[in-house]
Amino acid sequence: MENMVNIKINGMPLSVPSNYTILEAAREAGIDIPTLCYLKGINEIGACRMCVVEVKGARSFVASCVYPVNEGMEVLTNTPAIQKSRKMTLEMLLSVHNRDCLACKRNGSCELQTLCNELGVEQTNRFDGVKPDVSRDESSMHLIRDNSKCILCRRCVGACADQHVGVLGPNCRGFDTHIACAFEKPLSEVPCVSCGQCIVSCPTGALTERDQCGEVMAAINDPEKFVVVQTAPAIRATLGECFGLPVGTNVKGKMVAALRRLGFDKVFDTDFGADLTIMEEANELLDRVKNGGPLPLITSCSPGWVKFCEYYYPELLPNVSSCKSPQQMTGAIIKTYYAEKNNIDPKKIVVVSVMPCTAKKFEAKRDDQDAAGAGIPDTDIAITTRELARLIKMANINFDRLPNEEFDPALGITTGAAVIFGTTGGVMEAALRTAADALEGRSLDSIEYKEVRGTEGIKEAVYHVGGMDVKVAAVSGLNNANEILNKVKNGEGGYHFIEIMCCPGGCVNGGGQPIQPASVRSFTDLKADRAKALYEEDKNLPLRKSHESPIIKTLYEEYLEKPGSHKAHEILHTTYVAREKY
Amino acid sequence: MQKRISNLPFKGTPEQKQKLDEVIKKHKQEKGAILPVLQEAQDIYGYLPAEVQSIIAEGLGVPLEEVYGVSTFYSQFSLTPKGKYNVSICLGTACYVKGAAAVLDRVSAVLGIQPEECTPDGKFSLTACRCVGACGLAPVLTVNGDVYGRMTPEEVDQVLAKYE
Repeated sequence: MENMVNIKINGMPLSVPSNYTILEAAREAGIDIPTLCYLKGINEIGACRMCVVEVKGARSFVASCVYPVNEGMEVLTNTPAIQKSRKMTLEMLLSVHNRDCLACKRNGSCELQTLCNELGVEQTNRFDGVKPDVSRDESSMHLIRDNSKCILCRRCVGACADQHVGVLGPNCRGFDTHIACAFEKPLSEVPCVSCGQCIVSCPTGALTERDQCGEVMAAINDPEKFVVVQTAPAIRATLGECFGLPVGTNVKGKMVAALRRLGFDKVFDTDFGADLTIMEEANELLDRVKNGGPLPLITSCSPGWVKFCEYYYPELLPNVSSCKSPQQMTGAIIKTYYAEKNNIDPKKIVVVSVMPCTAKKFEAKRDDQDAAGAGIPDTDIAITTRELARLIKMANINFDRLPNEEFDPALGITTGAAVIFGTTGGVMEAALRTAADALEGRSLDSIEYKEVRGTEGIKEAVYHVGGMDVKVAAVSGLNNANEILNKVKNGEGGYHFIEIMCCPGGCVNGGGQPIQPASVRSFTDLKADRAKALYEEDKNLPLRKSHESPIIKTLYEEYLEKPGSHKAHEILHTTYVAREKY
Repeated sequence: MQKRISNLPFKGTPEQKQKLDEVIKKHKQEKGAILPVLQEAQDIYGYLPAEVQSIIAEGLGVPLEEVYGVSTFYSQFSLTPKGKYNVSICLGTACYVKGAAAVLDRVSAVLGIQPEECTPDGKFSLTACRCVGACGLAPVLTVNGDVYGRMTPEEVDQVLAKYE
């Protein structure tokens, strides 16, 4: 039983656990307190003074996001003095803010804008004065940093540190304080892994993805081009949020319909590539177990994780699966097998991928990702869930009223195994479904590996398959990855197979996903709610194992021979490079 | 004012590196080790260039940005080397109203460097400091330990010439 304390908020008596902050206690009582710098678990520093409240007997206003409750405390959350203070805080933030809101990507989803509106700010230039020198960093492939819109809340700093990367931080002091990288280097010259967790943490438009909507539309409008789109498993579980649907709504059918209306020539499912990844990766695992290859084998689907390994654990690169990611495998097969079969010049094909991920933009431009020939990238343009929503809105497509449609059949069959790739533990479970069947030499009925499900950062299990004990771990979030990798580096753990996803909770919580404000993120578990949609789809699909997909079977029969074949290696596998941090 | 970052080549010696490694080892387990390590590193090298900060970041197992953030927060830290002769001009209130800014501009023009920079030959560095406690002599210029009071821009060349 937790220790409870009795407090009063706005005169209302409450009994709350003693480890609560005033903010948490108020939320539980249905009283909203506005916040700005606060992001639960990521940034709890009480810096912005938006959440100030009056506590009876206290010398001054206190920051409710970090102030703990105690017995007999009396709190007032909305007095005229507090309203005035909060409003002035906003007015001062606005005094140095680039108020070009109409052309801002976050117009309508900006937390600063929302607060100004809700707290009745009537004048944006009440304290106009000198503006600090600010920089705009467009050096990296995945994001744009515009400090003219930065409010120094440090949520991105917390998110980056939480990923064990820490390339963003506050530099200098006082009026000169600004968020940037060490020695004011551009983001492309520091060991950023491109995960985009900073973007989804940013309350304003200071951090945004590199928008490639224009490139997509140009390709679609080019009559010479055959434009194919593929969507990652996690998109169907989140796209709906951009159109006001509840978190965890699966909108696969409407998403496919929208893509067709946007004018893509073919709408394929990256799930195909996920199934293919499983075929190759399960084969790689079995091969390594049999032939004493470097173990544990670590998954390679998550490009943020791969880049992290290249920067921070280059000595473990031999452990990373040589499999390309599902995005790249799908693209590679479109431009080889599919192009040959349909007699299309791969140079004319533009593969657009819709990803929950900003690191995919980086991955698409990696070396050794051009199966159809030099200069023909497997994937041409990788856009995020947010960019897809923008495209749909720009095309005046009424998302709510779209019918449910199916992917194009050629590369559009979805298995349950592939769907769950979108969440932590999903790749592991999908691989186990296929590896266990292969090792046992029969089709097993028990295919749910529940020990690797759930949103915990590190999940471990031992499965007895094919006469041997296989020790596995599913890890998400790079802080957790760091912990496991330290063990592996020291020869501890005894793992055979590790799944690592860069973002906490996996792709459902990726840096390219719809941005939910702190008020939502602090009190709902986005990871779990979005993952639920994927497990639900898996449960209801007729095909739940990668190797049972008819397309996969045909592909190997007609083209690749068998998993791990020479041809499969040429098309579906890649290499990695050790990267210098400084 | 934002900190200036040195663009001169780093000339650390193996002896300095060894000393720094010892400092890092001494503080590694402490909470908030970055600050004392930076202080001692500046004593060893005279300033805190990227090369030195990278050694500290690796040694302490913290991101380079965190080290850099601390080094730019405190005014005691310099990211540019000091020359053989450090010319310091007081911009405290008294000196400022007596025309220190013009003196600073002249020194800057003669040496071809901005405040917090060092000449490529390593001879002169330039600092704009706050009150040195000699307001009666305002405006004050110091070169290492030597104090020059009631300076005018016209006298700058002559003072600097002494240190050729």
